[in-house]
Amino acid sequence: MPLAASSGSLFPKPTSTTAGDVDELFYFILAISVVFFAIIVGAMFVFIVKYRQRDDLEIQPSPDHNNVLEIVWTVIPGLLVGVIFFWGFISYLDMRQAPDNSYEIQVTAKKWSWSFTYPNGHVDNKLHVPIDRPVKLVMSSDDVIHSLYIPAFRLKMDLIPGRYSTTWFEAHTAGDYTLFCAEYCGTQHSTMLAKVVVHPSGEFDTWLDNAANLLKTMTPVEAGEILYTRRGCVQCHSIDGAAKVGPTFLNVFGTQQPLTDGSMVEVDENYIRESILEPQAKIRAGYKPVMPTYQGQLKDEEIAALIAYIKSLSTTNEATP
Amino acid sequence: MIAINENAAPGSTPAAEQNNYLTCDSGLRSWLFTLDHKRIGVMYLAGILLTFLIGGLIALVIRLELFTPGKAFLSEDRYNELFTLHGAIMTFLFLIPSIPAALGNFLLPVMLGAKDVAFPRMNLASFYLWVVGAIFFLLALVLGGLDTGWTFYTPYSTTTSSTVIAATIGVFILGFSSIFTGLNFVVTINTMRPPGMTWFKMPLFLWSLYATSIIQLLATPVLGITMILLTAEKMLGIGIFDPALGGDPVLYQHFFWFYSHPAVYIMILPAMGVISELISVFSSKPIFGYRFIAFSSIAIALLGFLVWGHHMFISSDSPLAAVIFSALTFSVSIPSGIKVFNWLATMYKGSIRLTTPMCYALSFILLFGIGGLTGLFLGALATDVHLHDTYFVVAHFHYVMMGGTLIAFLAALHYWWPKMFGRMFNEFWAKVACLVIFVGFNWTFFPQFLLGTRGMPRRYARYEAEFQSLHQVSTVGAMVLGVGLFICAGVLLMSLIRGRRAPSNPWGAATLEWQCSSPPPHHNFEQCPLATDPYDYSELVFEGEDEGFVRRPPDFPKRSNLPEEEPALV
Repeated sequence: MPLAASSGSLFPKPTSTTAGDVDELFYFILAISVVFFAIIVGAMFVFIVKYRQRDDLEIQPSPDHNNVLEIVWTVIPGLLVGVIFFWGFISYLDMRQAPDNSYEIQVTAKKWSWSFTYPNGHVDNKLHVPIDRPVKLVMSSDDVIHSLYIPAFRLKMDLIPGRYSTTWFEAHTAGDYTLFCAEYCGTQHSTMLAKVVVHPSGEFDTWLDNAANLLKTMTPVEAGEILYTRRGCVQCHSIDGAAKVGPTFLNVFGTQQPLTDGSMVEVDENYIRESILEPQAKIRAGYKPVMPTYQGQLKDEEIAALIAYIKSLSTTNEATP
Repeated sequence: MIAINENAAPGSTPAAEQNNYLTCDSGLRSWLFTLDHKRIGVMYLAGILLTFLIGGLIALVIRLELFTPGKAFLSEDRYNELFTLHGAIMTFLFLIPSIPAALGNFLLPVMLGAKDVAFPRMNLASFYLWVVGAIFFLLALVLGGLDTGWTFYTPYSTTTSSTVIAATIGVFILGFSSIFTGLNFVVTINTMRPPGMTWFKMPLFLWSLYATSIIQLLATPVLGITMILLTAEKMLGIGIFDPALGGDPVLYQHFFWFYSHPAVYIMILPAMGVISELISVFSSKPIFGYRFIAFSSIAIALLGFLVWGHHMFISSDSPLAAVIFSALTFSVSIPSGIKVFNWLATMYKGSIRLTTPMCYALSFILLFGIGGLTGLFLGALATDVHLHDTYFVVAHFHYVMMGGTLIAFLAALHYWWPKMFGRMFNEFWAKVACLVIFVGFNWTFFPQFLLGTRGMPRRYARYEAEFQSLHQVSTVGAMVLGVGLFICAGVLLMSLIRGRRAPSNPWGAATLEWQCSSPPPHHNFEQCPLATDPYDYSELVFEGEDEGFVRRPPDFPKRSNLPEEEPALV
């Protein structure tokens, strides 16, 4: 089968319950398309060769319409697309209807990061899921429309501000997969990616317990470093001095910095806290007011850990505990 | 039987030269204030070709940036602005007016044997609305640095910049230009058909323009409603689309696609009409299944209004809505399929001439075939979930819009070029261009289907390294495609300087526009011609390159047996 042979390169490996259905339907439509295309191309080339104008070609009379023929080539494709429609619709209903025993994870998207909230309150920037268990995603957006897309699971659903959308999947192969944002959302749309981690049997619960106890088991600086990636700061703020969408965190603590209104501000604990909770209050000169607020999303201890981490990135403050 | 008027003789006499629409009057004012549908058509043609050049060059810049996964030379913001410009220019400024406004304006009255459209002043107004709309729209996009994509989805568009209203106003002005053209065409076709041309004796190109005009009249006002709602929200703070005010951002997508999906058929229907003409002429055979093709145009126009929801299968609308829209979407695929089968049946037992326009028409059938069949994957709900907003969709709509509409536009341009400008182009180089365009097009866009199935999302300035090889293939293909289009432009421009004079009927077509001289005189016809069967080729005889095809009854003696001064026929 030529189709089976090419399946490896046409799609990412299917690794969820519904991915197989999607691929089967795809190959079914592909087969129909190839047959029809072959008929069209074949007829066209045969006619071009056979009826190309030349001196010895006698024009034979042929009818200019034939109702039976026209009805046949209306009805047969009609029936075929009917089958495609029905198959697509049955599989789609399966994809939209999460099983009752699903493990529920809240997904929030904002420009340009993902956050996944687990039932015990832990928040992460990677989507960690158990293997062989249906996972239901309850999703919303903080700003514009985003779309969660995991090609390996053939899964996609928009996240709409002011509305919850849901989708689900059941992963069958442990490993790391890429999650893309598929709805255009601005500057860093193309780098708004996240990792999906499918944990092998039994390891998910252990991971979740450890991850949730971050602040209890680590120093604030270590916890801050993890929160910096996990909560999406990394998307816009570098730690190597490069200016991204937002200012860098390197060597910034304790310095005086100009604001867009011309005044100066000292980057201290209060300024950082304010910038996290009310990002539009004081904008550094040269940057746009695009940061979303983290009000209600970060606990006080987490903000403190982030401040400690930013402090640690300042060489002048290295000595300060 | 009709008399061929004096101008039908090959345009070799000085009198005929003086008399055509290009030479009857001169000076800038004679163009800017002309009410002649032919001159308006030519001005439209120049305008849309300019926008096509701009949109095309931007496309090449985009493809070059995508040669590498990381930054090649464009920042993410510049990239986002450029793909917005490319899409907006190509759809609103080029594709929508391409065949109807430029070629339709020139040809519709001549094909009806009429002197002009029903409302010549409104026709000129439509051109100036297009110019004003185009300038306004481009200024809004460029000065506003709009980076929303040509779809302007809320709330991204309304929260990140305020120019979305200006851009929508620009689209609305362009829309009014469409409405004027559509209204003109509907009235002209209804009231100005010549004696003998009943509805079912009309050339199929006119049927397709009629169907297109109906869509333009009915769909474009929705754009105006959308614009008023956007403005009301911005000025009065009424929550319509903005969730912060209690609005629903998905509602905007419904409004947008309620216009923009029928607009897809504004772009493809005239293309199908062109192909119906060309396949018949170059097979020297009446079109097969005339009524089925005519009715399928109307069916597509009407069903096209009911399928907009298939752009929103993953927008979290209810599964019930998705199922209904999926079913309706499949229903619109059938009339398109009917047309393809009818074109093939027309070639059966014909006498096929592979001229340049025919080569473009055949490549249309192949490319539109791929574009149409890949639409099945997107109409089916389960597969659409995976393919939506990936390069599969990008490839699909380029196969339909570029492989379909643009190729048909080029077919039509080559076919009617001798009529419009009175010159023949170099067939050899024109066919070379056609081949390079065909190869370059597939080279560019076929790899994008694979990018899509493998999960490459669209509108990405940067991408994962795994997608690089296919992106590079696509970029190289785009350069080939660009070269092909430049050869094509060169061939047509050269024909204006060096081209052989075109006879009245160089292709052996039976529709009325080939009965007046090339280029047509100012008033098209000295007296209203009597319409005959537009697809009856039995009486057309080829009289050599200078004379073209001449109509003779079957028992009429060969020209060589006639005295020199004998007019063609009585």
